[in-house]
Amino acid sequence: MPQTSSSRRSGRWRNDTRRTAFGETPWDKPRPTSFTLDSGVSLRLVLLGETPWDKPRPTSFTLDTGVSRVKYDQARWTDDSDDLYEPLLSEKASKTVDIEDSPLPDDLTRDSLSLPDPAEPELARHYTRLSQMNYGVESGPFPLGSCTMKYNPSFTEDVAARADAAIHPDRPDSTVQGTLALCHRLQDYLGRIGGMDAVTLQPPAGAAGEFTGIQIAKAYHDHNDDERSEVVIPDSAHGTNFATAAMAGYEVVELPSGDDGRVDIEALEAAVGDDTAALMLTNPNTLGLFERDIEHIADIVHDAGGLLYYDGANLNALLGRARPGDMGFDVMHYNVHKTFATPHGGGGPGAGPVGVREELAQFLPNPHVRERGGNYEHYEPDHSIGKIHGFYGNWPVLLKTFAYIARLGDEGLRDASAKAVLNANYLAEQIEYEVPFGPFHHEFVASAGEQDAADAAKRMLDYGVHPPTTKWPEIVDEALMTEPTEGETKRSLDQLAAAFNAVAGDSDAELADAPSRPAAKRIDQATAARNPRLSWQALDDT
Amino acid sequence: MSDSDSHATGSPYAPQTAAETAAMLDAVGADDLESLFDVPESVAFDGEFGIDTRSERATRREVARLLGRNADLSEFLGRGHYDHYVPSVVDDLASRSEFLTSYTQYQPEVAQGFLQALFEFQSMLVELTGLDVANCSMYDDATALGEAATLSQRVRSVSGDRILVPEHLREGKRAVLSNYTEGPDLTVEPYPMTDGVVDVPALSDQIGDDTAMVYAESPTVRGVIEERLDAIGDLAHEHEALFCIGSDPIALCLLERPADVGADVVVGDAASLGTGTAYGFGLGMFVTREEYLRQVPGRLVGASEDAADRRAYTLTLQTREQHIRKERATSNICTNQAWVALRTAMHAAWLGPDGLVELAEDCVTRARDLAGRLDDIVGVKAPVHGRHHFREFLARTDQPASAIVADLAAEGFAVHAVDDHLVQVCVTETTADATDEFVAAFREVAK
Repeated sequence: MPQTSSSRRSGRWRNDTRRTAFGETPWDKPRPTSFTLDSGVSLRLVLLGETPWDKPRPTSFTLDTGVSRVKYDQARWTDDSDDLYEPLLSEKASKTVDIEDSPLPDDLTRDSLSLPDPAEPELARHYTRLSQMNYGVESGPFPLGSCTMKYNPSFTEDVAARADAAIHPDRPDSTVQGTLALCHRLQDYLGRIGGMDAVTLQPPAGAAGEFTGIQIAKAYHDHNDDERSEVVIPDSAHGTNFATAAMAGYEVVELPSGDDGRVDIEALEAAVGDDTAALMLTNPNTLGLFERDIEHIADIVHDAGGLLYYDGANLNALLGRARPGDMGFDVMHYNVHKTFATPHGGGGPGAGPVGVREELAQFLPNPHVRERGGNYEHYEPDHSIGKIHGFYGNWPVLLKTFAYIARLGDEGLRDASAKAVLNANYLAEQIEYEVPFGPFHHEFVASAGEQDAADAAKRMLDYGVHPPTTKWPEIVDEALMTEPTEGETKRSLDQLAAAFNAVAGDSDAELADAPSRPAAKRIDQATAARNPRLSWQALDDT
Repeated sequence: MSDSDSHATGSPYAPQTAAETAAMLDAVGADDLESLFDVPESVAFDGEFGIDTRSERATRREVARLLGRNADLSEFLGRGHYDHYVPSVVDDLASRSEFLTSYTQYQPEVAQGFLQALFEFQSMLVELTGLDVANCSMYDDATALGEAATLSQRVRSVSGDRILVPEHLREGKRAVLSNYTEGPDLTVEPYPMTDGVVDVPALSDQIGDDTAMVYAESPTVRGVIEERLDAIGDLAHEHEALFCIGSDPIALCLLERPADVGADVVVGDAASLGTGTAYGFGLGMFVTREEYLRQVPGRLVGASEDAADRRAYTLTLQTREQHIRKERATSNICTNQAWVALRTAMHAAWLGPDGLVELAEDCVTRARDLAGRLDDIVGVKAPVHGRHHFREFLARTDQPASAIVADLAAEGFAVHAVDDHLVQVCVTETTADATDEFVAAFREVAK
C-alpha cells in the first residue's frame, strides 16, 4: 500500500458530507417544512440549507421523538440531468488512443484503447460526488443485521498505510520478521479470543474461511480413511454455509429450526450419522439466540464422528463471554470486518482467519507462521490442505484487525459485546414492531407484520437511517433483522427507534412509493435483471 | 464531569456513558449487563484473554516497532504482485468514509455512488478484454482462476474434467486451483512450455475431448509475452474446451485483446493498479462472454431506472449468488474486494488511456533495458528466454541463485530465486531510480 500521511483522513472533513443525511433533494419537489431548533449550531446549518441560489427550499424533516432531531440538507453542486444523477466517467471525458510505434511487434498489440480521460480535478469531483450518493457507518445508524456495521477506528487506516507494511510477499522470511511477528501475535490473539489452539490468517473473507474450514474437515476425515459425504446446516444459516459445503463437494442436509428458533435436537439426531462430515453452526444464531444446548449438540456431532464448525459472523455478541472452543467447536472462522471493526469497503476486502483445535492444526493452509528462538518463519503444516489465497490473504485488513484488538484489549472487547447486546435489547424495547424470538443478544429479528419488510426498509431510507436486513431469516414473517452494534448512543438509538416507529405507522401507499429522499428513488430491479446492462458499452442495449 | 458521564472505560468506540447504560438497562428491565447474556454457566468464559488494552498512540508505536523489523529492501520482485506508483488522489478519494465504511449495496438507493464506481470498473475491464461481462471482483488472481475452472464445468456442453495449465505457473496459484477443483472432481494437468512460451504441438497432443478448460497466461509468471494465444484458443475450441487467459490490467492496455484471440474467460490480478505492494493483497478480475452470464460467480452491477425515470445502478442477477441460491449458487463468495476495485478504477481513470499505454510500454522497455544491462555482466545471461517481456524476466547466473538472492539482500535488494541458477528480476517505475545501484550490486554478487 502506498504510504500516506494522516492528512488522508482529514480529507474527509473538507466536505460537508459528515453532517448530512444523504443525497440531494430535487428542488422542485415539495418537502415537509416543519423543523425544530434547539441550538445555535443547528440554526446555522439550517440557514446554510435554506439558501439554494434564489429558490427558497424547505429544508428539514422532524420526527416527534422527544429528542432533538433537526435534519437539514446542504446545497450541493451537481452535474445531473433529467435522465441521470451523475454522468459516467466515460460520458464526461473519454479518449481513444491508437497503439502505434510501441516497443512490441504489431501482431502482439491491440489496435487502440478507449477509456475515460479526466483531469485530476474532474476525477476528484466525480468521486466526491459519488461518495455523496453513498451511505456509510459514519453517515448514520447502520443496523444491518448479521453484518455488524460498527464504527471503524480511523487510526487503523494509518496503521495499514505504513510504508514498512508495503512489502512484497516473495521476500525471504529473514527480511520480513516484523510482518511475521505481527502475524504470529495476531494468530495468538485470535486463538485466545476464540478458544482455539491454532489460527491461520490466510482466508481473504468469511466465506473463504468457511471453505478453508470445510476443506480442513475433509482432510481430517480423509486422513482417518473415513469417507463422509454430508454437511448439516440449520435452515436459518447464512447462505455462504450452504454454498461452501457444495463447493467442497458435499451434499447439504438442511436442518429445520425448532419452535423456539434454535436447533431442534430431535431433528439434529435424525440428520447426523456416519455420513456427517460436519455441522456448521452460528452461535448466537441469526435470530440472536444462544444455542443453549450447544454442549449436547457437540456431543451428538462428535459421537457420530463429525466435526463442529463455528460460523464467526455473530462472535461480536460473545467477546469475552463465551468462546467457541469452550463450547465444543473444532474449527471456526472469524469475520474481522464484523467483530474487529475493519471497514467493509462497500463489499470488501474482509479477512476470514480460521481457528482449529490442536488435532486439526496439521491440516492448516500452507504456509503457517511459527516462532523459533525469537525468530519467525513460514512452514508447511504436515498435512496441509494447501492454499486458499494466492499469497497470504488480505494483509492490510489483518493489520487493522491487530490494531483494533490491541487498542481494545480484554476490557474493551468485553465492553464491546456488552454494549452491542445492550443496544440491541434497548432498541427492540423502543420499537413497535413485534420481536417474536428471545432472549436475543447482539441482534434481533422483528416482524414488519402486515407490512412488506422490503418496503418498510425503503421507507426507513426516507427517515435518514440505513434499514435492517430484510426478509431473512425466513422463520420470522416479513423479517427485519436488526443489529445496532455497540457504536450507537442512547440518543441515536432513540432516533433510530423513531424511524422504525414512523415507518410502522406509515400507510402501505407511503411504503410502496418510498424512498423519496435518497439520491435515487425506488430502483427497478426486475428490469435490471431482465435486460442486463453491465457496462457503459451495453447501455444502449435493449 | 462526573464518573457517570464518563466514556473512559471499556471500548473507546462504544459511546454510552455509565448513566446512559443504567437508563438503558432500566428500560429493558435488566439488573446489569451480565444478565443480558443467555449463556449457560458451563460454557461461559470467566477467564481473561491476557490482551492488554493500549492507547491509540501506544498501539501505533507497537506496530511501528514490530514492522521496524522488516528489512528495507528495494524490491525487484514481481511474479504476480507488482508495485506501481499510486497517486495521492486515489488514497484520498477512496478513504472517504462514505465509500470505505459502507456495506455491500443491498439498499441501492443509498449506495448509488459505489454502485456507479463498480459499474465503471466493470466497464473498464470490458474495454480491456473485449469480452462482455466483468464481475466486480474475486479475491485475487488465484481464486479467480479457481472460479474459472468451476465455470468451465458448469457451462461446457459435453462432459470433461481436465483443466490444462502451463507448467510455468506460480505455485500459489496452482495450489489454490487444486483446492477449488477438488470438490467438483476436476483434474488439473500441467502442459509443457518451450523457451518461455506454450509448446503448442505438445499441448495439441495433450488436449482431448475430456478437456474442460485450457489456461494460458500473457504475460506469463516469468514475464514472457505469449506469442501464440490465437493458436492455443483454436486448440481449446476444437475440443469444445473453454479458453481462459490470465493477464493484468496494465498489460491488457497494450497486448492483444483477449476477445481477439478467442478468450472465453479472462482472469488475473488488477491490484497492480490502485494498490501497490501489500504482501500479496489482491483483486481478482473475472471477465467472460455474455453467453455465460448466468453462471458468473460474484457480484454484478447493472444499470436500471428508478421511479423518477433516471438511470440508476443496482446489484443484479443475484439469483446466482449464495444468499439467494444457497448450495446451488455459482460460488460461495460474499465479501469480495470491492474497495480495491474502486481504487483500481480511480487509478485507471487518473492515468487515462495515454497514461496507461505509456505505463504498459514502459513495462516492456524497462525490462528489456535492465535485462540488457544484466546480460553485460560476466556470469549472467539475461533474459534467459529470447522473447518479449513485460516488467520482468529470468536471468541465468553462474553463481547459485540462492547465493545471489542472499548477497543482494545484504546489499539492500530483493529478487526471486526460481531455480538453482535462475533468478527473476522485475522492474517498474517505483524501482527504476534504484536500477543503477541494483546493476552495480548485481555485478558484485555475480562474480
